[in-house]
Amino acid sequence: MEIFKIKKDIPFMSYGRLTTAISLITFLFAVFFLATKGLNLGVDFTGGTVVEVSYPQSADLVKVRRAVDSIGLNEATVQNFGSSHDVMIRLPLKKGVTSAQLSEQVLSALKKEDSAVEMRRVETVGAQVGQELYENGALALLLVSIGIMAYLALRFEWRFAVAAIIANMHDVIIILGFFAFFQWEFNLTVLAAILAVLGYSVNESVVVFDRVRENFRKMRKATVVTVIDNAITRTMSRTVITHFCTQLMVLSMLLFGGETLHNFSLALTIGILFGIYSSVLVACPIALYLGVSRENLITGAEKKETVDEMP
Amino acid sequence: MNRYPLWKYILVLTVLLLGLVYSMPNIFGESPAVQITTAKATTKLDPALLGKVEGALNQENIKIDAIFMDSTGVKVRFADADTQIKAKDILKNNLGKDYVIALNLISRSPSWLSNIHARPMYLGLDLRGGVHFLLQVDMKAALDKAADRYVGDFRASLRKERISYSGVARDDQSIQIKFTDAKELAKAQKIISNEFPDLTLKEINNSLIATLNLQAQKRIQEFALKQNIQTLHNRINELGVAEPIIQQQGLDRVVVQLPGVQDTAKAKEILGRTATLEIRLVDEEKSDPTTLDQASKGQTPFGDEFFMDRNGQPILVKKKVELTGEYITDAGPGADQQSGRSTVNVTLDGRGARIFRQVTKENVGKRMAILLIEKGQAEVITAPVINEEIGGGRVQISGMNNAQEATDISLLLRAGALAAPMDIIEERTVGPSMGEENIKRGMHSTLWGFAAIAVFMIIYYVMFGGISVVALGINLLLLLAILSMLQATLTLPGLAAIALTLGMAIDANVLINERIREELRSGNSAQASIHAGYDRAFDTILDSNVTTMIAGLALFMFGSGPVKGFAVVHVLGILTSMFSAVVVSRAIVNLVYGYRRKINKLAIG
Repeated sequence: MEIFKIKKDIPFMSYGRLTTAISLITFLFAVFFLATKGLNLGVDFTGGTVVEVSYPQSADLVKVRRAVDSIGLNEATVQNFGSSHDVMIRLPLKKGVTSAQLSEQVLSALKKEDSAVEMRRVETVGAQVGQELYENGALALLLVSIGIMAYLALRFEWRFAVAAIIANMHDVIIILGFFAFFQWEFNLTVLAAILAVLGYSVNESVVVFDRVRENFRKMRKATVVTVIDNAITRTMSRTVITHFCTQLMVLSMLLFGGETLHNFSLALTIGILFGIYSSVLVACPIALYLGVSRENLITGAEKKETVDEMP
Repeated sequence: MNRYPLWKYILVLTVLLLGLVYSMPNIFGESPAVQITTAKATTKLDPALLGKVEGALNQENIKIDAIFMDSTGVKVRFADADTQIKAKDILKNNLGKDYVIALNLISRSPSWLSNIHARPMYLGLDLRGGVHFLLQVDMKAALDKAADRYVGDFRASLRKERISYSGVARDDQSIQIKFTDAKELAKAQKIISNEFPDLTLKEINNSLIATLNLQAQKRIQEFALKQNIQTLHNRINELGVAEPIIQQQGLDRVVVQLPGVQDTAKAKEILGRTATLEIRLVDEEKSDPTTLDQASKGQTPFGDEFFMDRNGQPILVKKKVELTGEYITDAGPGADQQSGRSTVNVTLDGRGARIFRQVTKENVGKRMAILLIEKGQAEVITAPVINEEIGGGRVQISGMNNAQEATDISLLLRAGALAAPMDIIEERTVGPSMGEENIKRGMHSTLWGFAAIAVFMIIYYVMFGGISVVALGINLLLLLAILSMLQATLTLPGLAAIALTLGMAIDANVLINERIREELRSGNSAQASIHAGYDRAFDTILDSNVTTMIAGLALFMFGSGPVKGFAVVHVLGILTSMFSAVVVSRAIVNLVYGYRRKINKLAIG
């Protein structure tokens, strides 16, 4: 079976203005929602306590709320989580009470209300730790970006490195924008997904750039635009098939992975969908604008060779 | 040209076999078990214990799956967790406090696998259930305590040298010694700087300010951390947890992971308590009603401390500590034979016994206060009159509120004191049912995703799709084997990473297959296409894996807990996928096509 039987190169670069415009608009939307709504940060980053409990029957949220309120925690949020049997209680940080005691108080209050309650998960993060996890997350993101840029600059050229990182940071912002718009909880696992997707969609740019370099060697007379168009067209089949396969796996996680992996796979899904588009249709025009040319990519030694070959 | 030399086939085969063997324990899985070890390092394991355990369990009709003894203790395996918990309670009642009975998971794999150290993957707390704590050591308290010790030391050495001073006081971590005479100050400075090289001395307005130098501070902090970790070890042993993890993190933090612990409230209380015992003398000379009354209003006589004892009686206790909890070798709850009230029976070591004897000998007729210091707060538990010299190092402390308190205090005294208080700053608890569910979820995600990819690849690339799927399967096998071999902690994000890595690893095969198709299209022969396809795709595969690897490594460096688990699997998965997608799939292709003289058409769709 073969889906992509394309005889002629698709003039992707002539759509450059359109694709850049689309990107810019989605990007601005993402930034807008990030700025106005902000991320719904999980306890990992804000600090606080999450208690997850399960009841053999459908949980009575009113009763649960009453039990939680009975220990003077009015700021607690109580909501169903996954199924009607499961309840998640989120408690903000409280000065004076160590959070370790807090979860015990909640559990014993719930036990008093209904002894059938079962503790599923307790997560408590102190303010300082939350702050650190936040900083470390940002640091990891920065380090990944620098690392990838350095590698691409070494392996290709700085113009490609800059183009690839802009394209992929734009993916990251869009994922964050989605999380802000829908107010999905942003936690450590989602951060892991974002970093993984960052590394993954850079692959995309790498594959195309590899082809561009190869084409520069093979298609001596072609213009830069033709070379890039050809490279994108030739790798398109692979791009779509690979992402489709990865998405199959992510879909499976979305369906079977339960609540914990839900937001993780959502982040991956958005990342993969936008990754296909941006790492090719955003990265290449940017590289072009930055003035990528045959001379940039073919090293000195190779250039000499080509000169020698001439009659 | 599409043939591997023999050694390469052998290499692939060997790696495959190793992968198979080392991932096998995961198929056998683990079952709930109870582990019985001796409470004290000095007690030898007795082979008779095996029979004793078996007998106790048989009597209660508990079905044992397997029972054996190894160098650490007796291990009993059960069919399910319910039986395990029942068995634990029975054994606890039967064997008494000489043995530590802990819940554990034991591999069901045959012994030949265990003998070559093939073990199932080490499951993280979110998969097996348990508690994770991050504890912050209060270093300021440790330094304050050290400074406090110097206050006493200064007094003693100045007195010994007959140097007159008007006062010694601690302000945060600096100690101020006031003098009235400049000559005395000069003398004191000489003595102190000789005797206490850890201190930096400064002279301000007729007083000496002593502060700990940086080296000493560092040493004190390191010691506090070490001591705390040791104490945590002791306490956790008392709790009966199999395979606890207690590790230093950074300069002032300790990670504690207790797999399988259900009673988190108890665990938290035992970990966080900082109880120690101090024995001091009651200042009998100043215990007249007027001084006591003044002391209660804050005018405590010099060198004394004021307390209210448990009966609400005021009491003046000397600041000088005669004996601390350090000398305690054993402590257990008991009852007073006459009054029947709860007591704690303490056994002191040789040195402690000697000191205690000396103190009691010199102070017959006076009262001795026993203080419990908890979270920096001292409480006088009891202050009995010393009737006679007490030798032998056995002390019975009365004045306990109830039997539970006696048991708790005994435990804390046995386990030793924390050098500095600690706070729990992060906690992650996962219930056992949640853990099992997480495993199921992770496995289902991986399997269904794998199946979907397999179906698609075979439809799309036919034979080459099939080969890619086999390579992907081998990737999974190798990844599981490496994770089992390294005993890296597998968490739910780790399981997600397995799935995700497989989903990404197929990229390499897609690249190769697409390249082969392209070569065929441009009119190359089948053999040449295969060769060129693998050759050309390799550079791209390498490049793209390096970028993914950079992301993985950054996650590993900066990630904590669950994210680290994700990163480990992700990075290892990239490595195995390079091997399986390039070397293994090539080996299969070579075997299938490399030895044919003529290929009419490649089955690549």
